[in-house]
Order: sequence, then C-alpha cells, then structure tokens
Amino acid sequence: MTETAPAAPRVGLFVTCLVDLFRPSVGFAAVKLLEEAGCTVEVPAAQTCCGQPAYNSGDRDDTRAIAEATIAAFEGYDYVVAPSGSCAGMLKKHYPPLFEEGLQRQRAEAFAARVHELVSFLVDVRGMTGVAARHAGTATYHDSCSGLRELGIREQPRRLLASVDGLTLSEMKDADVCCGFGGTFCVKYPDISNAIVEKKTAAIGASGAELLLAGDLGCLMNMAGKLRREGTPVAARHVAEVLAGMDGTPPIGGERR
Amino acid sequence: MDIRSPAFKQSARAALSDAQLQRALGNVRTGFIDKRRQAVDALPEFDALRDSAKAIKDHTLAHLDLYLEAYEAKATEAGGHVHWAETAEDARRIVLDICRAAGARTVTKGKSMITEEIDLNAFLEAEGIRPVETDLGEYIIQLRNEHPSHIIAPAVHLNKDQVESDFRRVHDHLPAARDLSEPAALLGEARRVLRSQYFAADVGITGANFLVAETGTSIIVTNEGNGDLTQLLPRVHVVVASIEKLVPTLEDASQILRVLARSATGQDMSVYTTFSTGPRRPGDPDGPEEYHVVLLDNGRSSMLGSEFQDMLRCIRCGACMNHCPVYHAVGGHAYGWVYPGPMGAVLTPSLIGVDKSGHLPNASTFCGRCEAVCPMRIPLPKMMRHWREREFERGLNPAAQRYGLGLWAFFARRPRLYRFATSLAVPALAAMARGRGAFRRLPLAGGWTRHRDLPAPESRTFMQQWRDRSAGGETAAARGPEGLA
Repeated sequence: MTETAPAAPRVGLFVTCLVDLFRPSVGFAAVKLLEEAGCTVEVPAAQTCCGQPAYNSGDRDDTRAIAEATIAAFEGYDYVVAPSGSCAGMLKKHYPPLFEEGLQRQRAEAFAARVHELVSFLVDVRGMTGVAARHAGTATYHDSCSGLRELGIREQPRRLLASVDGLTLSEMKDADVCCGFGGTFCVKYPDISNAIVEKKTAAIGASGAELLLAGDLGCLMNMAGKLRREGTPVAARHVAEVLAGMDGTPPIGGERR
Repeated sequence: MDIRSPAFKQSARAALSDAQLQRALGNVRTGFIDKRRQAVDALPEFDALRDSAKAIKDHTLAHLDLYLEAYEAKATEAGGHVHWAETAEDARRIVLDICRAAGARTVTKGKSMITEEIDLNAFLEAEGIRPVETDLGEYIIQLRNEHPSHIIAPAVHLNKDQVESDFRRVHDHLPAARDLSEPAALLGEARRVLRSQYFAADVGITGANFLVAETGTSIIVTNEGNGDLTQLLPRVHVVVASIEKLVPTLEDASQILRVLARSATGQDMSVYTTFSTGPRRPGDPDGPEEYHVVLLDNGRSSMLGSEFQDMLRCIRCGACMNHCPVYHAVGGHAYGWVYPGPMGAVLTPSLIGVDKSGHLPNASTFCGRCEAVCPMRIPLPKMMRHWREREFERGLNPAAQRYGLGLWAFFARRPRLYRFATSLAVPALAAMARGRGAFRRLPLAGGWTRHRDLPAPESRTFMQQWRDRSAGGETAAARGPEGLA
C-alpha cells in the first residue's frame, strides 16, 4: 500500500429530536460544515432523542434504554457530532454514569469519548479557524447553559462568527444566563420560565442586534417564540445556519413566503 | 414553621406579580454576582482553595462520628456543655431547659438558619420567653413577622422604603420627624434600639459556621458585630449548630473561610470572625458564665452514605441562590420552607420529605450556574435530578406528566415506529401553521403558548428529507433543506 492522505474521519451526525422535527435546516447546515471540515458524514437511522426528557424527569429505566440504543446506533464512527450543547452534554457526560461498572459502562465511556458538540468539534478537533460564509448585519450570541458549563463552549462560536463576512457581533448583557427553556421546565413552570425569558429578550433587544444566534434549538425556540409574541423584530437562527452560509430559509418561527 | 412548599406554583405566581418584591430582587441579580466575580478574579488560587475546601469536608463527613466525639470531648474540657438533639423537638426542648435554668425572660439571637429550621422563636414566645433578633435583616423581618427569604440576606426581599415604614410603625417612641431616608440612618436606629436589648438579655443564642474538633471551638462570621454582643454580654451563651458544621482543625476552618465570604458577599473576609471555646475563663475580660452547644441532627445523619451526602458540604454562603434564575424570578419565600434556592431544593426534601417538597427539585432549568459557583463544588443539579428519580420511583409526580412521558418514551425507544409517527405528524403540523411560521395557540401546548409563540416545523422531518436525498444519489454538499432558494 502506498502512503495517502489520512482518510476523512467518519462522523455520525446525531441530529437531535428538535432539529429533526422542527428545523431540518440546522441538520443540513451541520452536514455542510462537517464536510467543509473534511469529514464524511452519515446519519444513522436508528436515532431518536438523547433521552433528556426521561432523564430529567427521573425516569432512569427509559433513559438507559434510549442510551443503549443510541450507543449501538453510533457504533463504528470516528466521531459523534450533535448541533446542540445540551444533547451532546447528555451523550458525553450523562450516559456513562447510567450504567453500573462493567461492559455497558465501558461501551458508554468509549462512546462518550467520541461525542462532540458541532461548533467545538469544528474548532477544537478539526482546527477550523474560519468559514467562507457571508451574512450582512449585527448578531448577538446566547451561550446555552449545557454547552457553556458542561462542555466549555464559549470562544469557539465567536471565533468562527468573527470570520463571517459582513457580520458584526454585539454582545448582549448576561449572555451566559439561562433563557428559561430548561426542557420540560418551560411547560411545567410556564410562569417562571416566562419571567426568565422576558429578561433574556430584553437583553437581546438592548444589544441592538437584528439577529439572535445560539447553538441549541430548544433555547432558540423559546427565545424566538417570546420575541415573536412580544413583536420584537429580531430574527433567530442556529449558529450553524449562518456559519454554513445557509441563511436563506425563514428564521425560526418566521413566516414562510 | 409551616411547610408551604406544596403551594410552590401559587406562591411563585404571586411573587411574580408582586411589584415590590420584583424591585427588591433586582438587587440580588446585580450586587452579589458582580462582587463575587471581582473577589474571585482577584484570587488566583480560588479554584484550588475550592478543591481543598471540598476535600476537607469530604474527609470530615467520612469520619463524622469520630470528629463529633472529639469535638464533644474538647468542648467539654474547655468547660462547655454539649447537648445532642436528634430532632427539632429535642433541640427546642434543650434550649428551653437552658433558658428556664437561667431564669431567662429575654434572649438575644445572632443570625442562625438552624434556629429557623427548628422554629425556635415561635416556640420560645409560646413559652413566655422573648427572642430578639440582632442581625439587622433578621431584626427587620422579626418586626414584620416574616421568615428569611435568603440564607445570608434574610430581608433581601424588602426595599428600603418598606423598612423605613416598619421602623416608624414599631419605634413609635422616636420623633416622627426624624430622617430615615438613608440606609445608614436605618442601621443607626436599629443599633440604638438594640443596644439596650443586649444588656437586658439573660441568654444569647447564636448559630455556628464551623465547629472545630481539635479545639472544641465554635466559629461565627458576621458583618455587624451583633453576634459578638449576643454571645458576650448575656450570662449564658447557647450555640445551636447542625452536625455537619464540623471541621477537624483550625487550619481547616481558615481554609474554608477563604472561600466563604468571597462566595457569599465578595468580601475577602467577613468583618467579624469570632472564635468561642468554652465559657469565660478566670482572667478573661468578658464572656458568658455558661457555654452550651446544641448539636442538631434532624435528618442529616440519614443523608450520610446516600446520594445526598455531598449536600452536607454546604457552608451556607448563598452563592447558589444569588446566581439562580429561578430564585431571581420568585425570591426565597416561594420555596415555602426554611431553605430557598438550589441548596434548598436539595436539602429541603432531605429534611421534610420529597412528598411535601417535590416542586423544589423540579423547579430548576438545570442551567448549572449554581454548581459552577458553589465553593464546595456540590453537584446541585445532579442531586435535584436524584430527587426527581425518587419521586418518579414512588409515583409522586402528576399523572398527566407520567402519562405523557410514558407515551413519549414508548416511541423514543422504538426508532422505526418513532420515524413513522413523526413522518406523519410533523408535515401535518407544518401544514397547520399555513406559512405563518409559528402557532399562537395549539391544543395540548398551552404551557408553551400561554406566554410565547411555538415555532412551527419547517416542513418534513430531517430524516425524511435526508433519506430521500441519499436515495437520489446526490452528494451531501449539494443537499439543502426544502424551501431553500
């Protein structure tokens, strides 16, 4: 055999249930970015959800069953990448402790070691320093909690956004404070969730940006839904859409022409 | 005190529409957070100190029986009396007996969450003994017949003008025309009114931030000096402390002190750090004639060895609630018992039962900010989740929630069925939105749409689109979402 360039790593895309159901655009943007980063992307069909709704409701049995199925579905990939800090955090940090010491635990740990959130994967693993995208305007970036505090994602999206032609980033106050989504929290305690997201949309409005970006669709749907209800003219998109130059679709919750 | 935690939702709603409370809570969102940040940034070894503080407490908890006995021996050797109280009732009774023996009519009190936990004030009053709170915040809420809404800033739910009107109402012996517009004037007035109480008191009751096994010492930290006057001037000093306040050595206590005030108020140290070892010795210029320590268990020993043991590292700095978006929204009283915020959401179910306090560990977005700032590195979200697991195992969460979750899990565990169901439901939902992009209302989604629109699905699921395009043999780079021009 002759020496060749290292083979493109095989990435299994964990689409996340919200992207699958509500915003496929984000999935396609993730695929494009991963391919730009030299990866081969596949989407295992046997995935559903990371299991957080069960996990955070105290239902460990269903969580464990979902985790086992997810781990099995992504067997054999070099990396597992998700366009969400929350779901990637679940796969990476919370799957292994679901299992007792033993073979399943080892499998979960080996799986967790291959899991990455999309933007941090592009920057930290693939060494991406910029993108070829263009987006004219001013954006503000919300740090979603799990990505920020479980996975340490803060600089990576900002670094890539700085390379987007025409885009200015205007930081909002308290960008690292929760938006009030919290998965099932937002429907179990809607009034408290509302009080939290009201503060967030006020900060977004005060930033002067016309575009809100974040790395988690759950948070984005919450903030976009509130902005729309308030009548605030700020569009919301997943950060991957802008980085991939795929911002031709209506924004989250926006009218379709 | 009454347990109102089951009414958390109603209390939270009332709190959200309480304009005075919301104004006061603005101070929590700004003051505490910025000051802590500055203090932490100024100390490069802060994170190393956190590790060290955690290790000290973990070690202590692993050998708590040993250190409790060592502490008792040393405290007794120094002339103190150590009393063991298994329950709140036991602790109240012990304190009452000490007060009765001292012939007490009035007791002064330093700030103590443990005496809140055992509801000591109401008990003493019913027994004809007048408790006088001497911490400014505690004094204010005592005037208002309220309980603390924060573990280090008990009156943080109040605004200055509310305090002024309380002082005018209660201190009616003072000139009505006096100027109380500045916080310093309020503090001065409280100080003058309290001064005579210190001398009138027969017994002084304080809590403890630490109990030191090697010396039998109790330590309190305060900013007003009221704790010192409370414990030095009366003839009898009673310390009421829970068993997890133990640390092995003075060196250990001083390690943890370095993270305590920084995490709490952003001070390097509290203004007063007071060490008490036994009663006044011959030759001492001041001090009580009797020194008692009431060691309270009240459910804590059953946390040892459980998944909630880490909670016993808590040093009551309040950083978790200072950084909690839920606490910021509803304040401390909504939690319905003694301990609010994230630490309360974990500790309260341990002490009063998760059946009475299930809302507390559920009312969290799991944003993780509490754990990120906790000086003792307590995994608060993880333990809240453990409480949710206990609830789930016991079938305590609402039936509708269980049913919904069960239905969802049935599909989530069966990828092919899930794929089939979503490939029907999602395009239908997208069609229902008819190009508006979001729903203002949707059956079964009232929790979401009460306050915000629900973004509609774009079109078909990602998986549907991906499968079609893969089948079409296109390269992935040429693929894009439907509807993209």
